[in-house]
Amino acid sequence: MTLVQELWPYVLLMLVGFLPNEVWRMLGVLASRGVEEDSELIVWVRSVATAILAGVVIKIVIFAPGALASVPLAARLGAMGLGVVAYLGFRGSVFAGVATGCTALVVGALLLG
Amino acid sequence: MSSAAGFVAGVKAARTSVFTYVIIGTYISIGALGHDYGFSALWVALSTLLVWAGPAQVILITLLGSGAAPLEVALAVGLSAMRLLPMVVALLPLLKRPDSRVRSLLLPAHFIAASMWMEALRLAPRVPREGRIGLVNGIGTCFISVAVLSGFAGFYLAERLPVLFVAALLFLTPISFLVSAIRNARLLADRLALAIGLVVAPMLTIYGINLDLLWTGLIGGSAAYAIHRLREAMQ
Repeated sequence: MTLVQELWPYVLLMLVGFLPNEVWRMLGVLASRGVEEDSELIVWVRSVATAILAGVVIKIVIFAPGALASVPLAARLGAMGLGVVAYLGFRGSVFAGVATGCTALVVGALLLG
Repeated sequence: MSSAAGFVAGVKAARTSVFTYVIIGTYISIGALGHDYGFSALWVALSTLLVWAGPAQVILITLLGSGAAPLEVALAVGLSAMRLLPMVVALLPLLKRPDSRVRSLLLPAHFIAASMWMEALRLAPRVPREGRIGLVNGIGTCFISVAVLSGFAGFYLAERLPVLFVAALLFLTPISFLVSAIRNARLLADRLALAIGLVVAPMLTIYGINLDLLWTGLIGGSAAYAIHRLREAMQ
């Protein structure tokens, strides 16, 4: 194998992985100039970011990637719901929510699959 | 508080953060994915250091590994990474001081990913302003180091991991993001944005709307903010 062939995956990593990803962070640095911590703009921007995050969550659960797709949809949605219930039930323990959600997913997959 | 003391506080916070465990599981699954698609362990580690965003890395590995055109891969990665912009804009004003240089904000900005963003939003207000950039760098350094090591572990364990176990690891991302976002939602605007986003995103996807996550953010975030303002005005 030539040197070029060996290095090609790393060149691709820089060009189509690092650059299109990092550009948004750097644009964020520019856009945040002059924005005050307690401004109304921040509340709106945080709402937008939170809504996108919710979108990422529900898209992974419904349109699951890779091995997660082998678990029935009902088990994925049920596990998500149980995770939230556990979080609230254990007075705001994120760990309880995450552990319950993952356990429920495995149990659900075994029962429904 | 000095910057170094902030960094130490960040390392301590990362050690007890539930996200450290979430990152271990998630990056074991990403390492295994990289192995299955024929990348080297070094390549996977570099992608973690340079990209540092789980969903973007999954897209990068699966698309490049299945021979997609580089331009198509760049577009898909870029679209998934758009959400980083509002995260950076919402966090940096909490970190900087009037005399902060742009240069000192580049590393904290690079460390921003969903996990680190939620921890930093929650913890930064509890630390004096001088220590906040150090705090964020401490959390980020820990998270990214754990991610690189877990990626190696996943890469070398790939052939021995049961499918259901990998499924549970992949489930760590959505469940931890959701529960932490609920914890972080102090204002009505945050709670509504979360609820509306959960409903709107799958609808836009099912109807085949392009840039569905971008629209989810703009529609869900703006509607949530408007209702929050309306309620404040009425009180």
